[in-house]
Amino acid sequence: MTTATLEGTPSAAPEVPSFTVTLIVRRYDPDVDAEPYWQDFDLQMYGTDRVLDALHKIKWEQDGSLSFRRSCAHGVCGSDAMRINGRNRLACKTLLKDLDISKPIYVEAIKGLPLEKDLIVNMDPFFESFKAVQPFLIASSKPDKERLQSVAQRERFDDTTKCILCAACTSSCPVFWTDGQYFGPAAIVNAHRFIFDSRDEGAQVRLDILNDKEGVWRCRTTFNCTDACPRGIEVTKAISEVKQAILKGNPNKVDIVLG
Amino acid sequence: MTTTIPAPRTPYAPPKKRRVNWEKWGWLYMRVSGVFLVVLIFGHLFVNVVAGNGVRAIDFAFVAGKWADPFWIVWDTLLLWLALIHGANGMRTITNDYAHNPMLRRLILLAILASTVVLLVLGTLVIYTFDPCPANAVAGTLPSFCPAK
Ligand code: HEM
Ligand code: SF4
Ligand code: FES
Repeated sequence: MTTATLEGTPSAAPEVPSFTVTLIVRRYDPDVDAEPYWQDFDLQMYGTDRVLDALHKIKWEQDGSLSFRRSCAHGVCGSDAMRINGRNRLACKTLLKDLDISKPIYVEAIKGLPLEKDLIVNMDPFFESFKAVQPFLIASSKPDKERLQSVAQRERFDDTTKCILCAACTSSCPVFWTDGQYFGPAAIVNAHRFIFDSRDEGAQVRLDILNDKEGVWRCRTTFNCTDACPRGIEVTKAISEVKQAILKGNPNKVDIVLG
Repeated sequence: MTTTIPAPRTPYAPPKKRRVNWEKWGWLYMRVSGVFLVVLIFGHLFVNVVAGNGVRAIDFAFVAGKWADPFWIVWDTLLLWLALIHGANGMRTITNDYAHNPMLRRLILLAILASTVVLLVLGTLVIYTFDPCPANAVAGTLPSFCPAK
């Protein structure tokens, strides 16, 4: 076995283009401010930088009081959903160069959840709805052997397994903005994940919960959630499949819509 | 200072069972009535404002002439009931979206219900008790089949 060695002289990596960009961040400190306000920051950034890097740069070099959530910084944990130029995105998955950097970039907290500080909202109502749909396997058999599933059965709910609970969808929904009681897309996506899972036996319970006044019937098919989802989940389609399952009384009778 | 720690496991309470699920049937009604409304509304618009002499043809005699035919009586009755209930149910949805004050919400919903019932009754009454040849009408405004014409 040979050890991998570097052959030839390493050529310098091509220089990453650098540019100045203005971020306008919606600031709010409940101890000081009566109302949120917009604050500008001018930054020297690179073509490989994301909105999250810009926020880091502000926090580390210009204003340490800027508050926002982030953990993984790579689109996995779902903590940094925010409204970037009016659209819900993950700051860690949005490259600055993909935005129009000739204009200022507006960054604010997601809408519809109580604002706590700067870009941080209270996520409790969001997780309450998530918990309410019982997002865990309900099965009567003991887990002493594998619960087998065919490839097609697994494929049936594959899309909705990808959710990272970032709340980008729920906080982009106009029904959720005006009516905070609505379960919201993310809760329905996570109910879908189990309703259409052949190993699960709790579909009827979840369908009953979502058949409620504040359940799936509040959805007006605006597709904001599908546009917002950083995981590319077809959220609106999942919601309509749950509606169909309620109408037909059985998820197995829902036609699979290819799309 | 005391701290209240919420119960760690609140048992699941199944949603209250109402006899009729208005949200589900309301949702379904919007779609089913929508399918009929496409035909009814565009048929109505075509016959009234496009076919024949167009919009200028509409007068008392035009309406009387249409309602001499049972086909249009059925058509307009369906249009009245389906569209009015559709519109009222849509307004109910919008009210539920925006009216957060429970008192105000009840008030608006009741007003929508009352106005819908009044309009349905009046509209149906007009269609079925319509007199195409009223006595002492101005000559020349009546349909051709009236004896006074
Ligand atoms: C061309 C015929 C029509 C079709 C196909 C149609 C279809 C629909 C559908 C499917 C919805 C439900 C939307 C949703 O829940 O996502 C809706 C809502 C609504 N419709 Fe219609 N409709 C028609 C005509 C009318 C007419 C004539 C009126 C007025 C009387 C009306 C008033 C409303 C209102 C107020 C709503 C509620 C809007 C909302 O939920 O935000 N529609 N319509
Ligand atoms: S469905 Fe998509 S947008 Fe909604 S919470 Fe899950 S990952 Fe986020
Ligand atoms: S920081 Fe984890 S998803 Fe963006």
